[in-house]
Amino acid sequence: MKTAVYVPRDSSALSMGAESVARTIRTEAANRGVEIDLIRNGSRGMAWLEPLVEVSTPKGRVAFGPVSAKDVPGLFEAGFVKADAHSLNLGLTEEIPYFKNQERLTFARVGITDPVSLPDYTNSGGFVGLANALKLSGEQIIKEVTESGLRGRGGAAFPTGIKWKTAYDAPADQKYIVCNADEGDSGTFSDRMVMEGDPFLLIEGMTIASLAIGATHGYIYLRSEYPHAERALNEAIATAYQEGYLGNDIRGSGKTFHLEVRRGAGAYICGEETALLESLEGKRGEIRYRPPLPAVAGLFGKPTILNNVITLASIPTIFENGPGFYKNHGMGRSRGTLPFQLAGNLKRGGLVEKAFGITLRELLYDFGGGSYSGRPIRAVQVGGPLGAYLPESQFDTPMDYESFTAVRALLGHGGLVAFDDTVDMARMARFAMEFCANESCGKCTPCRIGSTRGVEVIDKIIQNRNREANVELLHDLCDVMLNGSLCGLGGLIPYPVLSAVRHFPQDFGIARNGK
Amino acid sequence: MTVEEIIEGLKEKPGALLPILHGIQDQLGYIPVEAVPVIARELNLTRADVHGVVSFYHHFRSHAPGRHVMQVCQAESCQAMGGVALTAHVKKQLGVDFHQTTKDKAFTLEPVYCLGNCALSPAVMVDGNVYGRVTPERFAQVVEEALEDR
Repeated sequence: MKTAVYVPRDSSALSMGAESVARTIRTEAANRGVEIDLIRNGSRGMAWLEPLVEVSTPKGRVAFGPVSAKDVPGLFEAGFVKADAHSLNLGLTEEIPYFKNQERLTFARVGITDPVSLPDYTNSGGFVGLANALKLSGEQIIKEVTESGLRGRGGAAFPTGIKWKTAYDAPADQKYIVCNADEGDSGTFSDRMVMEGDPFLLIEGMTIASLAIGATHGYIYLRSEYPHAERALNEAIATAYQEGYLGNDIRGSGKTFHLEVRRGAGAYICGEETALLESLEGKRGEIRYRPPLPAVAGLFGKPTILNNVITLASIPTIFENGPGFYKNHGMGRSRGTLPFQLAGNLKRGGLVEKAFGITLRELLYDFGGGSYSGRPIRAVQVGGPLGAYLPESQFDTPMDYESFTAVRALLGHGGLVAFDDTVDMARMARFAMEFCANESCGKCTPCRIGSTRGVEVIDKIIQNRNREANVELLHDLCDVMLNGSLCGLGGLIPYPVLSAVRHFPQDFGIARNGK
Repeated sequence: MTVEEIIEGLKEKPGALLPILHGIQDQLGYIPVEAVPVIARELNLTRADVHGVVSFYHHFRSHAPGRHVMQVCQAESCQAMGGVALTAHVKKQLGVDFHQTTKDKAFTLEPVYCLGNCALSPAVMVDGNVYGRVTPERFAQVVEEALEDR
C-alpha cells in the first residue's frame, strides 16, 4: 500500500525550503522503489518546525521537522516511510503540545488536508454549513450570525450580525460581498494561512454571506505580496465553479454567486475598508468619509458586506455546528476563538488558535517558548503597526477586546511581535510615525502632515534638543492625530508611539513621570 | 501580449484599472510611460487619473526593473529579528540602495512592509519566492539561486 507523505505548500514552509524537500522526497522514493503518495498540505502553523514533513501511520500522522533536502536520504535510510526513529522524528503531530493545546475551529482543517482538493474539503465537514444555510432565509442566516457573537476579526471587532443586517436592510438592485484580504499588519499571517491552507472555507463563508443579503457578486481583495495565496484561491474558485458551488445555480438552489480575486498593489492603507473599495473601483486608495457606511453604500455605491478573511472563514463553522457552539468559546463580549499569530523574536513562532481569554504571557512563554535570542522579552507589539507596545508588567492581560482597550492597547488582528531587551523603543516610535508618513493616503491633514512632524519631533527628543518641550509637543500632536484623523491609520498610530513613551521613557531620555 | 491586447481583454471588468495595470506589469515588468495615454483613452479616463493611480501604489513602477526583483521586509517583526542589519548587508552586497537596480541589471532592490512570514523573520522575497530566517549566509544562497534561474 502507498504511504501518504505530507509536505506543506504554505509559503512559510516554502520559505524554509519545502519545495526542494518535496522534490527530493519524490526522487529518493522513486530511486529506492518506495511507493508513496506525496500530498501538498497547508501548514500546521508550527513555523519553527518548517518544513514539517508528515507520514501517515495506522496510529495517526507522524511529524518530522525541520527537514532540509539534505536530510531526506538519511530519513529514507532510517525507514522514515514507516515512521521509524530518527533524530527529526517528533512523534504524532497531534500530540505535539503546541498543537494539542489549541482550540481549532476556524483552522480545523488547515495543515491536515490538501487545500485545493474538494473531496478533502467535503469529507471533513466542508460545505455542510452552506447546505444548512441554503435551507434558511436571509433573515434567519443573519440571526444565527448575530447569535454566535462573532465580531469582525480584522481589528475593529464590530459585531458581524449587525453589519450584515445593515446591508440586508438597505434596498438595492445589486449588492456585493467583499473580503478584505489585504493583511498588511506586521506580525500577522492568519489570513494568508487560511487562504493558502483552506481556500474553500473562505469561498463557503462568502457564499453564505451572499445568501444572507442576496448579493450575486463577490471580490476577494488580496494583497500583491501573497502570490501563493492567489494561486490557491484561484485553483479552489475554479473547482468550486466546476462543481456548482459557485455560479448561477449554487448546488441546484437557483441562487447565484460569482467570486473573483482582485490583487492589491502594495498600499497598506487599502486594508482600511473604504480605501479598499476605492481601490477595487480602480482608483487611488484614498479613504472615504463615513457615513454612508459601506453596508449602505459600498462598492460602486451599492450595499456591501465587507469583512476580513478570518471573519468570513468563521462563518461555515457557525452554520455547521450552530451559533451556540461557537458562542460557548471565549470570555465577556469576545466570543469564539481568535487565531493568534506569534511573531518576531520568539523561539516557537506560529499560529495558535485559542478561545479569547488566554493571557499574553501564556502565548509568549507556554506556546512561544520565550525569545529566540534567549534574552529577556522586553516589549510586545500586539495588533500590528497601529497596536500598542506592552511591557512585561502587562503580560498577564487576557487576550480579549475589552481587556486590551482597558490598558490603552488593541487586540487588532491577533498578531503579536516580541522584542528582546536589545530593542530601542524610541527608534520603534520613530518607525511608527515614519511608516504612517509612508503609507498615509494624504486625504486628511492630521495623518498626512502629522506623521512627518511626528518623525521630526521624535528625532529632536532622541537628540535631546529641547527635550521636555518636545515630549509635550509629541503628546499634543498625538492627541490631534488620534481625534482628528479620518481613519484608523492616523487615528491609531499614536498607540504604538505613546505606549512606547509611557512604558519605556528611559529610551527617550526622560524620567518615568514623563519629564 | 501587447499593452493594447491586455487592455482589450480586461477593460469590460468593473473597476478595470488595477487589473489592467497588473496585467501590463506582469507582462513587461513595469508600466511604460507611453502606456498611460493608451489606458486613459480606452477607459475614458484622463491621463492624470491613470498617472495618479500608478504613482499611488508602491507595487507599480514606471521603469524597467532588473532581471530579478528582490524585496526585503522592513516591518516590525523582521526588525525584532535583525532586519535592520540584514537590510544594510543586502544593500552592501548588491551595491545599491532601495528602488535601484544593480549595474549588471540582475537585481532591483525594493523595501516591503510585511511578507506575512513573520514567524520566520527576517524575510526576503525574490520574484515571488519567500525566504525565511535570512542570515548573511542564507542571503548568499538566495542570490545564487536567483542567478542560477537566469
